[in-house]
Amino acid sequence: MMGMLVYGTVNSCILVLMAIGFSLTFGISGIANFAYGALYITGAYLAWHFLNSLGLFYPLSIAISVLITGLIGVVIYRGFLFRVRGIPLSEVIVTFGLGTGMLEAYRSIGLTGHGYKLPPFVDGSLELFGVYIDYQRLIIIGLGIVLLLLLWVFTHHTKLGLAFRGMAQEEETALAFGIEPESTAQASFGVGAGLAAVAGVAVLPLSLLNVEDGSNILILVLAVGIVGGLESTFGIITASFIFGFSQIIVSTYLSPLYSPVVTLVSIVLILTLKPSGLFGSSKELEERV
Amino acid sequence: MVWNLDKSAESVKYRKERLDRGIKVRSDSIYSLTSYREALYLILPRALTVVGILVLPLVLDEYWTRVLVITCVIAVLALSWDFIASAGMFSLGQGLFFGIGGYSAGVLNHYLGMPPVVTIPIATGLGGLLSGILLLPVLRLRGVYFAMVTFVLPLIFRALIEATGAFQGLEGLSGLSPLPNLQVAVYVIIGGMFVCFFGFRRLMDSDYGLILKAMLDNDRAVMAGGINIYWYKAQALFLGAAAAAFAGAFMTHYYRFVGISAFALDNSVLPVAAAVVGGPGGFAGALLGAFILVPLCESLRNIGSWRIVFYSFSMVIFVVTVPEGIFHYIARKYHQYEKWVEME
Amino acid sequence: MEAGHILEVNNLGKRFGGVVALHGINFRLAKGEFVGVIGPNGSGKSTLVNLITGFLKPTSGSVVFKGKDITGKMPYVIANRGIARTFQMAKAFDHLPAFKNVIIPLCSRRVKKFKGGQYGERDDIAMDLLEEVGFERDSAVPYKTAAGLPHGYLKRLELARCIALRADLVVLDELFSGMSMSEVATALPIVEKLKTERKTILMVEHRLKELFRLVDRVIVLNFGALIAEGTPAEVMNSDAVKAAYLGSEEESDGSAA
Repeated sequence: MMGMLVYGTVNSCILVLMAIGFSLTFGISGIANFAYGALYITGAYLAWHFLNSLGLFYPLSIAISVLITGLIGVVIYRGFLFRVRGIPLSEVIVTFGLGTGMLEAYRSIGLTGHGYKLPPFVDGSLELFGVYIDYQRLIIIGLGIVLLLLLWVFTHHTKLGLAFRGMAQEEETALAFGIEPESTAQASFGVGAGLAAVAGVAVLPLSLLNVEDGSNILILVLAVGIVGGLESTFGIITASFIFGFSQIIVSTYLSPLYSPVVTLVSIVLILTLKPSGLFGSSKELEERV
Repeated sequence: MVWNLDKSAESVKYRKERLDRGIKVRSDSIYSLTSYREALYLILPRALTVVGILVLPLVLDEYWTRVLVITCVIAVLALSWDFIASAGMFSLGQGLFFGIGGYSAGVLNHYLGMPPVVTIPIATGLGGLLSGILLLPVLRLRGVYFAMVTFVLPLIFRALIEATGAFQGLEGLSGLSPLPNLQVAVYVIIGGMFVCFFGFRRLMDSDYGLILKAMLDNDRAVMAGGINIYWYKAQALFLGAAAAAFAGAFMTHYYRFVGISAFALDNSVLPVAAAVVGGPGGFAGALLGAFILVPLCESLRNIGSWRIVFYSFSMVIFVVTVPEGIFHYIARKYHQYEKWVEME
Repeated sequence: MEAGHILEVNNLGKRFGGVVALHGINFRLAKGEFVGVIGPNGSGKSTLVNLITGFLKPTSGSVVFKGKDITGKMPYVIANRGIARTFQMAKAFDHLPAFKNVIIPLCSRRVKKFKGGQYGERDDIAMDLLEEVGFERDSAVPYKTAAGLPHGYLKRLELARCIALRADLVVLDELFSGMSMSEVATALPIVEKLKTERKTILMVEHRLKELFRLVDRVIVLNFGALIAEGTPAEVMNSDAVKAAYLGSEEESDGSAA
């Protein structure tokens, strides 16, 4: 029982870390970044590449790969999305197409399995309430908390962050104040992509680099964002915990194969019953008015 | 686009002007055709295409006939996508309809022993019905969210089948009844494709299509006019899904197998890519896109798993550079000519 | 239910989160009456229209039409019961030709029962309707794509769609807004014609001069509440109404200080 509580919490915090980048981008630019999973994998793979093929110092590899992935995010926006901004369906096609293309390309290169493993930041584990947790997982939790705090401070107290919030809440007013939607959206893509890489680099040491994760991550962050409500940090936390725990519970009592079903079904359920998510404010999600 | 052709102080600006060709203007209304030339202008492209496709299986070798079959299947899926999109719904999950149709046919054949002649029609109707029911609750959602649900649903089915092991789980149903022979198969799918194409076009030209187009422009005004837009959307969904289910059922018997691959990403992405590249709206683009992308893809040797990469990236490039799609681009060139006009 | 009242609005209210847009709205419309709804900007006039026609769900109160409760029903259900409306922001079906715009209401369940079930017959009815609202029949105008039409034409197209529905109650939401004097002059006779056809009309307007010529009675809203009701003369002499208007933007009909 204690074990489940601990693992559930750990799992949920991992989800929080993953979901922050996606929700940030969606909340600010209004574009669902379907390429998020691909960016997550890219970040991890780049770090592996720098570490193993180029022999760079581990923290340096991480830093560079996060930066590059962030840049890729900016390129996706500037190069592609910019031209179809405002046509929501084309935006979806672009991010979805790029994400799928990237993931399938990785799969075709053979980027999966035993060859690709990232070492944990710190080896070893400690015992907590009678359960062993490795330091890596603790670091992930710590990272998640730190990032959430940073995010909160950023959006509430810095100029760029307030601009982000302004865009998210009331685009026209923000425009009137001289906040450029294009640069803000572009920045949100870059930051979101960078955060995806951070999550990828942090979480991947727990297992092997696997392209499947790319699609699974996308679905999970979609679920967290939608169920929690995109504008609400509280929503992200709550939804992450809901899914974090449900995954553990379902895997233990039913079978691991049912976890994706639970996640997917909850997405559909929430979109049917309360489309703005548990804590989101409904912003014209329905066609009616 | 404005060009400054003269760098001197009094530079003249030019802009592009597009005008309908004379023959288009004259032949626009069917009552005003006055010459064979005008009639040909209208009929020739269409007749050539239809006859051409009908004749293809007779001249191609076996390998390319098989490619033609796949092309037509993708074309049906693309047509289905285009029709659903004409009702304002953006589907990233044709794989859902395809899979439901495929499994319906497979189950009917495997457990109840019905022959393809029976399973395919039933699977078509069943596929349309089930898909419509599944998506009914989310008809009201804005584009992106509807797309998300359609994206997620096939994955749910795949996960469910894997988890519960239903319908032979991961192994899938194999050893199913085949279609009589390749020639019959290819003409069945070509027939299905043309039925969809001309059927959807006919629908869009009627008052039904009028309402769909109006819904795209201003759905509140349509509702104020006493029309239940959700019912129309549901109908469009049913018809589109039925078409895709037909493709799924056909494939089940063509390969004599159905498994979770029916719900795979391929079947959701490829049709969208074909429709986007060919040109969304009007259905001709969907056909063209399929007939360009699939043979192109097949002709690249050892494509294997790069297939989806190819389709995805083509889709992205086209939606960004030629959003109207190849067909509409060509049609525009056919119907209009451009000239540079001095700007006042 | 009292005999003769085609529309009853009972204690209708709408709140959006913490904001109360409308509260405690009570009024009745008798069959054939022409009632105006006026009030400063933000008084809740459009919300009232949306609540009655089904585009918003009320948070309190009810709406009864022809003896049946229509509170919170879908807009197309209400339209089929016999309430037609125009939209303040006239937006036509841009990609369709003008006359095809009018065919849409003709496809509704309500109108299909009448003539015109065959494909093509509706085209003729649509053209007749366009003529009623002042489109020149034999010109190219009805065939033009709606996107290319000037504003005044779009408003008349809205009216045509309204008439096409053969409604018993017509709700006009700021019909004259954005219209030039000549366009208003063209639209007025069409509205008067509706009056002579004994339709019940509820008209929300800012242009008081034209409105007062048409209506039997006026309802005044301010800050989401109904502050006065009566003939135009009574209402304009009421202190409450004067206070409401003096404290906010004045309208362009010249009666302001």
